[in-house]
Amino acid sequence: MNLVRNHLLISIDAGTIMAGARAVEKALVEEIDRQGLSGEIAVLETGSIGVTGQGVVIVVYPEGLYYANVTPQDAHELVEEHLLKGRPVKRLMMTEMPKQHVIRKERTGLLKEQPRIVLRNSGIIDPENIDEYIAESGYEAIERAFTKLSPAGVIQEMKDSGLMGRGGAAFTTGMKWDFASKAPGDVKYIICNADEGEPGTFKDRLILEGDPHKLIEGMMIAGYAVGATKGFVYIRGEYALSIERLEKAIAQARQYGILGDNILESGFSFDVEVMKGAGAYVCGEETALIESLEGKRGHPRNKPPYPVTEGLWGKPTVVNNVETLANVPEIIRNGAAWYRGYGTDKCPGTKVYTIIGNVATPGLIEAEMGTTLRDIIYEYAGGIKDGKKFKGALVGGAAGAFMGPEMLDAQMDFVNLREYAAVLGSGAILVMDDSADIVGMLKSVLHFFKHESCGHCVPCRLGTSQLVKIIDKIADGKGKNGDIEKLVKVSEVMRDTSFCPLGQSPILPISSSLKFFKDEIFGRVTG
Amino acid sequence: MMISLTIDGRTVEVEEGTSILDAAKQANVHIPTLCYLPEVQAIGACRVCLVEVEGNRTLQAACVSPASKGQVIYTNTDRVRKARRFSVEMLLSNHPFECLTCAKNLNCDLQTLAYELGIREVHFTGEKSGGRIDESSPSIRRDQNKCILCRRCVTVCQEIQSVTALYLQGRGFEARVEPAFDRDINDVACTNCGQCSIVCPVGAITEKEYIDEVWEAIHDPSKFVIIQDAPAVRAALGEEFGYPPGTLVTGKMLAAARMLGFDRVFDTNFAADLTILEEGTELLTRVKTGGVLPMITSCSPGWIKFIEHFYPELLDHLSTCKSPHMMLGALAKTYYAQKAGIDPKSMVVVSVMPCTAKKFECNRPEMNGSGYKDVDYVLTTREFAKMIKQAGIDFENLADGNYDDPMGEYTGAATIFGATGGVMEAALRTAYEVATGKTLENVEFSAVRGLDGIKEATVPVEGIGDVKVAVAHGLGNARKLLDKIKTGEASYHFIEVMACPGGCVGGGGQPIPVNNEIRALRAQALYNEDCALTYRKSHESPSIKKIYEEFLGQPLGERSHHLLHTHYTPRSKF
Repeated sequence: MNLVRNHLLISIDAGTIMAGARAVEKALVEEIDRQGLSGEIAVLETGSIGVTGQGVVIVVYPEGLYYANVTPQDAHELVEEHLLKGRPVKRLMMTEMPKQHVIRKERTGLLKEQPRIVLRNSGIIDPENIDEYIAESGYEAIERAFTKLSPAGVIQEMKDSGLMGRGGAAFTTGMKWDFASKAPGDVKYIICNADEGEPGTFKDRLILEGDPHKLIEGMMIAGYAVGATKGFVYIRGEYALSIERLEKAIAQARQYGILGDNILESGFSFDVEVMKGAGAYVCGEETALIESLEGKRGHPRNKPPYPVTEGLWGKPTVVNNVETLANVPEIIRNGAAWYRGYGTDKCPGTKVYTIIGNVATPGLIEAEMGTTLRDIIYEYAGGIKDGKKFKGALVGGAAGAFMGPEMLDAQMDFVNLREYAAVLGSGAILVMDDSADIVGMLKSVLHFFKHESCGHCVPCRLGTSQLVKIIDKIADGKGKNGDIEKLVKVSEVMRDTSFCPLGQSPILPISSSLKFFKDEIFGRVTG
Repeated sequence: MMISLTIDGRTVEVEEGTSILDAAKQANVHIPTLCYLPEVQAIGACRVCLVEVEGNRTLQAACVSPASKGQVIYTNTDRVRKARRFSVEMLLSNHPFECLTCAKNLNCDLQTLAYELGIREVHFTGEKSGGRIDESSPSIRRDQNKCILCRRCVTVCQEIQSVTALYLQGRGFEARVEPAFDRDINDVACTNCGQCSIVCPVGAITEKEYIDEVWEAIHDPSKFVIIQDAPAVRAALGEEFGYPPGTLVTGKMLAAARMLGFDRVFDTNFAADLTILEEGTELLTRVKTGGVLPMITSCSPGWIKFIEHFYPELLDHLSTCKSPHMMLGALAKTYYAQKAGIDPKSMVVVSVMPCTAKKFECNRPEMNGSGYKDVDYVLTTREFAKMIKQAGIDFENLADGNYDDPMGEYTGAATIFGATGGVMEAALRTAYEVATGKTLENVEFSAVRGLDGIKEATVPVEGIGDVKVAVAHGLGNARKLLDKIKTGEASYHFIEVMACPGGCVGGGGQPIPVNNEIRALRAQALYNEDCALTYRKSHESPSIKKIYEEFLGQPLGERSHHLLHTHYTPRSKF
């Protein structure tokens, strides 16, 4: 066995692949070989390192030094200068290092780094190698569930942890599992909702690409708790790398006997299947997702009955988001009390955000529940790009809410934001500097709703079209007195009357934008 | 288990699982609906039946929300009224407002709802999702500009008829009800059953009208225009004139036909009796000679097109008999033309049918046994009523009329053709007597009556043994029987299939609305007529005896083969 002195981690995710990560990897391996360093330097693939929009990103350990925008032409210089001579290549070094750790501030008042929970392995292990996951305590949680906890014990642990669904609706996961476990029926299902469709959100993709086994383990634990033996991952069809890695991970888990019959001689059997979605936003809604999974058109179902009693093929079904399930192994392995050490009392744990827009370092971050928007932007994302001023943020995707500077110090968690009529939603944070056009933003959000309305119910199918008509008029400078009021009125009735959250949502961006940017918006109406 | 809840301040007790909509009825509260249709669909899509449920963040659709214990519901609040109006106004913002020229004017659920909700102004305008007019089918006309996407047609086509010729295409504002890949309805596996036109609450799907063509023929002095009415028409036509469902209007129907200016008024029931002679003989021949069994009836052209598309390998099971009105058309242009000395070329045969599929059927190329088009035009019961109204006929005060000889007389066996199981019952009455030579005392076979989807009976017939029969109505039920034939599970001798639920009384061309209660009432009207008639077995009809003596010779004879029998065309599912 060779003693490796340097590890080169190359971030392989959908974004870096587009930027040419594979070619860079090949060039690096060849260059290392050419310079005779093969024995002492290892090039490893990993999932997203959490940096987006900066081309191919690599990290050199043990220094922990980040290079961004690396091209194959840089391979020679990187290997010769840094790896052979020990002189970092300054022109490629990242100026703002992504924070690899959760920052705590709430209890101590000081920023302090803590280990990640959901993204613990992302950007560190090779997601295509089950051994690396196992080496990072992977599949210890399911083992603990089998040996130390009964299914009821798992549910209790989940309830105690206070984990809330990370898809946006923030329903208590333990409760959901409890309902499903108590629902009569021999056949039950676990569905992982990986149809990540909120604009600007790609946290689930990076979890799937970076640590697919964590999701599998989370689903297994859910299955064990509620008495399901089959799990489905309903995943966006566009997520090619996620699908590839997840399928590889499932195959490896089956090979290791971690998925299949009588897992680890526990008597529990479980298997996972991957199903691809076809790009409809509404299929992120759990009942529409189930319809689609059954091979039907993606339309929502009426609730009640809820999926926990009548879900997939009429059987009790738990539908959990990727991030929710990725929390599960950590909770079960470390215990609810440990988990409650993070976040706020009402909303424990962390939240994974995708932070995009006018910030210095856009990307994927994990922060404690309760972290302020200010800390997220200025501590994690390097502040506003080019030294400009913060104007506002759209938090939670299209079905989210705008926040103005007044909200910078609000604690970001599911419960607290309700008081401000805001939402955490999917955890997408689109940051706008003072040059942003709010009407333009609102216009694109409303166009999105019209485009994605499934057509099932009248208020959404036709109401979204009315919203678009009005906002287009305002954006074109042809708005009249009363148009904004009409926009509000239509979206209010839509909230009251629409069949599913899609049509109930446009009120959020509309009313929140008016709350913070009223003058600007009214200024666009000529009268 | 009974649960109790409060609706508009009144406490009601309902069975658990009852919808809020049904629970409200018990509180004497009418909640308006649009996409909801009992026995067909409850999908909560139109958002017209919204109610306020205490503790719920949003309004709930009463049609799909189960009533639950202790609920406090309000159906008449400001919030509810505004919400309902909003949904209807939204629909109107996307509607062409062609009410005055619409085929569904005054029988349109959207129109009624706008009136009931007191909508005096539509506050929303803008881009209309639009759509095309599809006139490719000889049976139905689809005007997608008028479609409100309630999806009743989709559900009836998919879940009740198991055909799925129509489905939602596109998404959101672009969503539309169209055949796959937006093809013309005539280019897909549509059976023309017209159930979609029955359930359409607006004028988006209607029958293809041939009223003007028929008026033109009537007014053309060089044409000799013959009308015939199907059995089920007489049990439903009255509804178009305000009579309660189940009112038999045979006499008025015949009188009105004559007043409209038709030269001869024949009755399809005559040909129904004839069908029994032909089909009964065909069955006995198949049983005796080891022919293909089970034999399946062929009176329902929607059913014929269904089996041609979906089970072409089973076409040999079909009786070769034409449907009764086609038989009558062929005989009108041969037998009657000779007898009356009229040039068949100048003859126009118009069939009044409860059916839209017969519009397609009369245009089949093989339906020309007479040397001419056997039937020229098919009108639905609804179109016939429109003609009567257009002619200013006071239907209510009309004295009963009569049919013309020689093709008007009929037996009770013929008139029950209009109800599911009727053809079977009529066939059993004759087959029994022909096979045994004995008189059948109890002519009523109750096992094949009623609205169960699939009915089965075993009839012991001396000399033949137990005859096993089955009856299916609605194509979804027919599919179940065909699957059983395919797997060899079915050991029937004879099967009756009608494309429409309830049989012809529930046909796609019948007055709207149609539901099980109405189907049963219409059927009962026919059974009552059966009881009241002198002859109740087809082979006893003097006119039938006469036509065999004078013209046809014997059942399945040379002339019958030529005029009364047909063949089928295998078609693709796509």
